[in-house]
Parts: sequence; C-alpha cells; structure tokens
Amino acid sequence: MRPEFASPSSSSSSSADRRLNALVRHLATASMVSQTAVAFSPTSGFHGDSVFSHVVRAPEDPILGVTVAYNKDPSPVKLNLGVGAYRTEEGKPLVLNVVRKAEQMLLNDKSRVKEYLPIVGIAEFNKLSAKLIFGADSPAIRENRVTTVQCLSGTGSLRVGAEFLARHYHQKTIYIPQPTWGNHPKVFTLAGLSVKTYRYYDPTTRGMNFQGLLEDLGSAPSGSIVLLHACAHNPTGVDPTLQQWEQIRQLMRSKALLPFFDSAYQGFASGNLDEDAQSIRMFVADGGECFVAQSYAKNMGLYGERVGALSVVCRAANVASKVESQLKLVIRPMFSNPPIHGASIVVTILKDSNMFNEWTIELKAMADRIISMRKQLFDALRARGTPGDWSHIIKQIGMFTFTGLNSKQVEFMTREYHIYMTSDGRISMAGLSSKTVPHLADAIHAAVTRMS
Amino acid sequence: MAIRRAMSGRIMDRTAVVGARYMSSWWRSVQPAPKDPILGVTEAFLADQSPDKVNVGVGAYRDDNGKPVVLECVREAERRIAGNLNMEYLPMGGSVKMVEETLKLAYGENSELIKEKRIAAVQALSGTGACRLFADFQKRFCPDSQIYIPVPTWANHHNIWRDAQVPQKTYHYYHPESKGLDFAAMIDDIKNAPNGSFFLLHACAHNPTGVDPSEEQWREISHHIKAKGHFAFFDMAYQGFASGDPEKDAKAIRIFLEDGHHIGIAQSYAKNMGLYSQRVGCLSVLCEDEKQAVAVKSQLQQLARPMYSNPPVHGALIVSTILSDPDLKKQWLKEVKVMADRIIGMRTALRGNLEKLGSPLSWQHITNQIGMFCYSGLTPEQVDRLTNEFHIYMTRNGRISMAGVTTGNVEYLANAIHEVTK
Repeated sequence: MRPEFASPSSSSSSSADRRLNALVRHLATASMVSQTAVAFSPTSGFHGDSVFSHVVRAPEDPILGVTVAYNKDPSPVKLNLGVGAYRTEEGKPLVLNVVRKAEQMLLNDKSRVKEYLPIVGIAEFNKLSAKLIFGADSPAIRENRVTTVQCLSGTGSLRVGAEFLARHYHQKTIYIPQPTWGNHPKVFTLAGLSVKTYRYYDPTTRGMNFQGLLEDLGSAPSGSIVLLHACAHNPTGVDPTLQQWEQIRQLMRSKALLPFFDSAYQGFASGNLDEDAQSIRMFVADGGECFVAQSYAKNMGLYGERVGALSVVCRAANVASKVESQLKLVIRPMFSNPPIHGASIVVTILKDSNMFNEWTIELKAMADRIISMRKQLFDALRARGTPGDWSHIIKQIGMFTFTGLNSKQVEFMTREYHIYMTSDGRISMAGLSSKTVPHLADAIHAAVTRMS
Repeated sequence: MAIRRAMSGRIMDRTAVVGARYMSSWWRSVQPAPKDPILGVTEAFLADQSPDKVNVGVGAYRDDNGKPVVLECVREAERRIAGNLNMEYLPMGGSVKMVEETLKLAYGENSELIKEKRIAAVQALSGTGACRLFADFQKRFCPDSQIYIPVPTWANHHNIWRDAQVPQKTYHYYHPESKGLDFAAMIDDIKNAPNGSFFLLHACAHNPTGVDPSEEQWREISHHIKAKGHFAFFDMAYQGFASGDPEKDAKAIRIFLEDGHHIGIAQSYAKNMGLYSQRVGCLSVLCEDEKQAVAVKSQLQQLARPMYSNPPVHGALIVSTILSDPDLKKQWLKEVKVMADRIIGMRTALRGNLEKLGSPLSWQHITNQIGMFCYSGLTPEQVDRLTNEFHIYMTRNGRISMAGVTTGNVEYLANAIHEVTK
C-alpha cells in the first residue's frame, strides 16, 4: 500500500524541523548501521506524513452531544433529559445500597485475587444470570440447553452474539424495530450482519404499529434474525401486550425467524423482574431457540462496570456446548476475557437471598419513581390544558418517553427553557424530579402552543 | 404465575408450539472449537494430584510461594475508591485521567508529543482490546494494508488481526539455533515487505521467546522500517516487568519516537499492575498534529461504541489513583521491581542449577532472555516427558513461564529438564 502524503506546504514547519533533526541524529550514528547502503524508496514514509492523515473527524454521538451541550449551559433551571441513566429525586446518580454492600464485602475478602477470568467469565455469574432472565425453573436451564457467557454489558453481549451469527448462521440479515436504540444498527453492521427494519412505532397513536410489525415480519425471508426489545422499548417506551407477544411468537416460529432479545431493563420497567421477562420466557417455553443479551447497567446501576451476559438457548445440550466453544473464539480476539469487578458484585447479590430481596426493593423503588414522574408530568400537562392527547406518557413504560414533539419544538425547548433531550423527542423520565416536572410541563406547553 | 396462566392453552396456539418443537437446531452444523492450547495446560495441572507438580505454563505472575499477588498499591487504591460516588458510564474513550498517566509511561513523563496533544488515545480492554481496536482501525482506514507479525508471537495476535480481517504475513524473529534473535533475516523481511506495511513489534519482553533486540538492533530496525515507510505498532504488555524499570523497558519506543515514526502502541496493566481480570489498557496512535489526533480519537471511539460502548471503570480508577499519587506511584514502581527481580533471580537460579548438574547443553539463553517467559528449546516430546514423568506443565512449544518458578521448585525443575535433555 502506498501511503498518501500531504504536500510539504501542509506540514507545519515544526514537524518538518523535527524530521530534519531526526535525520541529522540518525546520520550521526550511521556508523552503527550496516554497511550496505540503504536506498530510500521515493514513496517511503521517511519524508512523509502519517498514514492516517486522511482520517476525518467522526460526527459527535447524538446522545452524548446532548450532555455536552447541557454541561455548557449556565442556566440554573437547565434540565438534562437526554441521559439514559437513572437519577434520584435530587438529580444525582445512584449507587444502590446493596451494590455498595456487595463491593465492601469483596473489598474485605483478602483472599480475592485478580487473576484472569475464563474466556466465558465467572461461571456462577453466568448461571445466575440465566436463572434471572429465564426463571429458576426454566426447562431450557434444567435440560442444559442454555449457554451463557459474560460480556461487556448489553452492547458487548449483542456484539458477541451478532459476530457468532455472522459466522455460523445461514441467514445474515437482522431485522430491527423502527425506531430503535441508535447503537443497534452499528453493532450488527460491524459484526457482519446486514440490517433491515420492521415497522414498530406509530407516530399518530404514539403506540404500536402492530399491523405493520406483523406484515414486515411476515414478509421477512425464512430464518431471518429479529431483534426484539424484551421490555421497555428504547426509545419509545411502547411495548407489545402479552397477547401481541404471543402473536409475534407464533408468527416468528411459523417462519423460523430467530429471536434476538435485548434485555436492558429487566425489573426496571414494571418494577417486577419476572413480569419484565415474560416475553422472553414465552419464547423459551415453546422449546425453540433464541439469543438473549442481558445488561445490569440500569437495573443494578452498574453502568460503567460493563456487566452483561449473552445467552443462547439451543435445542440440545450438546449443541449448547458446541455453541459455547465457538463463542469463545469470538471473545478471545476481542477482549480475551471479561472484567471481574461488576460481575462479582452481581454474583454477591444474586446468590444471597437477603441481598437479592434488598435489590428487588431498591429496583422497584427506581421503577416506581419513574412511573410517578410519568403520572406527575401527565397531570401537569392536563392541568395546563396543553392541547393534544398526552396519555402516551403514562402508557409508555421504562426509562424513556417518546413525547411526539418534533425537532423544531425540541430546539425551542432547549433554547427557551434549557431543556436538553434528543432531537427525536425522547425524554429520559429518570432525569425528572417532582421539583422539575412543572418546568418541563411549561416548556412542553409552550412548544406545543407556539411552535408546530 | 402470569406465565403459567398464559401457557394454559387459552392464549397459546398449540400448532405453533408443535411447529417449534419439530424444528431441529439451527446450530447443528456448528463444530466444536479447538481448545485453547494454553488454558488446556492449566486444566491438566489442576487435575494432577502429584504433590510435586509444577505449573510453568501460567502467564501470570506468582510469588515465591507460587501464589498470585495483588499489589499493595492496588489494595490501597481499591480501599480509596470503594464507596465511590457513582458508577456512571465513562466516556467512549474511557478515563481521561488514566489515559493521560498511561501516555506518560509510554511516551515519557515530559513528552513534547503529549504537550502538543498529538497523541490520539483511548482506554482499551487491556492489551487484547487495544490491539483489536487498532486492527479494526487499520482495516477501516488503510483497507489495503497488511500486518507483519513476528514468528513466533503470542498466538492471539493472529486471531486478532484475522478477526479484524487484516491480511497477515510473518517476519523472521526467533533464531532456534542460537535461541536468540534472527536479526539479519528480520531486517531482510522488513526490507522486502511492500512499502507502507504495518509491523507488529513487541516493545519489550517478547512473548513467548523472551528474546528482545539490543538497543543497537532497535536503532537499525527503526532505520529500516522508516526507509520503507512502514507503520510500527508496538504491543507493550510488560513495561516495567521486563527489566524492573519502566523507562528502560520503553527504550525501543523512545528510539522510534526520536526517529520520527508515527507509531501506535497497545499498553496493558494486566501484568505490571497485576490487574489481569480488570481488563485495563490503552491504545494510542501518534499523529501529525492535534487536529489529526482529535480526528483519529473520534474514529477509535466509533469503533469502540459498537463493540462495548465504553470501557469498564473500576480498573481504570485503580490505575489513575495509583499513578496520580506520587507516593502510590513510588510504591508501585518498587513492587514492579520486586516482581521483575524475582523473575531475573529465578532465571539465574535455573541456569545455575542446570550448569551445576553438568548439562551438556548451553543454558545461556535462560538469562539472556527477558520477561516472564523463557523459550527453553525443549522439544514437544521432551515437554511431554516433563509432564508425564515429572508433573511439570508448560506449553508444548517449550515456553517456560519463569513466574511459575520458585526457590522451592527450581531445583526439581532443573533436575527434570536435565533428565529429559541429557
């Protein structure tokens, strides 16, 4: 490959000087170099620039960009509703008490070492995670038909699963809902899958476009992979009902579509761990196969520790074992073995029934606070007589609300009211508090009545 | 409960269940993957009941009692960060503080390049993650390039660039006859590679051979790589761990920087801070100027985002706590030297024992080589005898992890090696 070189005039004189100096220094030690003359190729890099000079700056991440802008704003009433992380009533990040406790226990255990984990991570973590999502009495677990590997939170689990599929599955297309988390298409594309979409959200009702979903999945080629948000769809907060899930399941099984669940909010959506896993368990109960990406970022507040798990439910135990061996081949050249800290915290909590209970209580408290914010915002808009139907605020579930506001209205709210949110109208309910709901309601009211 | 109700037939359509039941697995044709050669050694060791068993396969440091070590500076750092304010997401590029301190280690405490902000750097998942991120970056932005990898090398290097879909070639490195560097052949390969090829170099303590170029040899390597416009990518997994002095272990990198190369570096804290399972490392790419560094960093982040979004915080906090506290940093440097010195001591002892036994072979290479590993020159058959007759476990390429050698087992080990080689 011939490196590209910028013209000399584009180099700063100081870097040219540096190169000259390096040359001078090198010539001074030429006696140490072998006697055969070295012919400098005219295209050599010696006088040239970096081989990466052509690299252009990537666009800012749309979600992170929101926080960047928020941080710059000096207004005392500014509100960050872009962040997809839980905040307390005081607007502070939260480390769960049970997590602090677990961390302290780990710290006090002097026998703990920092040796490499196995490629698939902590065995106990994997077992407990599978139990958590599939249910302790899951037939798939009992029959050893599940392989679970520790990965880097939801993102990492999705990526490892997708890489496996790109290598071993006969269908290289994955269908993702429209809309979906912004990172989904990138994860799958880089893993080597091709990405198509299926209709999901209906902007007119701010609910599900169920007919569209059935049509699109119905016309997908047999065997296609389908990404499903297990609960608390991100960004819309719109979930299928149990009835709708059943229809989806039947349709998918009849067309041999492979389900790939993204479970980032188990327990965080309804406040109940089992309830939030129903969609997945329905699919497992019919004996079929599926992939599940699990994250502990939100429901245990372990965001930065990057804790997650990928489970593959297979039809037979020996198949699960072969699949696991191949997953290891995906993981080894990616990060070798997963980070120990967050997963150890999870194990400490899940295996102790008292700590587990404590966790479910703290989890429910987070979910309840979010649900309460929904109610408060809905009531506040009603009280202001804000035009439009705002019931979707209380119908949608999970961290996010798809307000239905357009980008002009969003821009207005940022400019006039210092409200920060993504331009698609998504707000993180986690960023609201009883104190700030009125301000947001005022902003929405103004946006809707003054801008369309 | 709700599930059972739902399953009771009123909502479930049995024909759909039947459809699922009679479908065979999609993964029928998935072959069982070959076992990892290195892990297999540890498994076999653990299963062995012999009281004399010795594990010199392990690529992780052990103290003189054969026990894994958590550094005191690490324990102290963990004490300080426990009950930390939050566990929020790090930025995609990781902990800025950790990266800053890490660059100083590689590029120099007062490096102009750091001051001029010419280095694009992100926190990575230890050395593996740093190499993989770079390989993906190389594929994306130099799609026609190939990587030259030394023979031998850490086996996972091949996997990493293969999964990044970068074509790989090899270059001569290890000279089996002398158990040293095949310098002439290495230089030839550098000269014969197409201009602008990418070369993977082990900055110090080559894995698995322990054979490093001398300073003079590094200068010549730098010269020829530059003449061909090649890109030098350094994997530095053992800084401080090789000689005991991080500055000394960074010499090769500093030579290349002086010579004006725009290098890339993968750094790991797995060994030198004993943070193996925390997965802490750093990928850096030296650019022409600050603007380019910003662009390159943003692109590295674009590759990290669809892989793991942002890197784990705990290990990074340990590193930045230690390196930004002068006392803790001093303590760390002391502890690194202790580890390196113990290894060097075991090299001397092993060689000494073999010579005392009157071995007909030369064992000079044991003390010439550096770092965690010794490429003993033992054949696979000799290795098998060591395992079967003496319960000594190592990889079949004859690589001995000196970290597994202790004052308690060095004589036994020497005896056994003598037995199978005399």
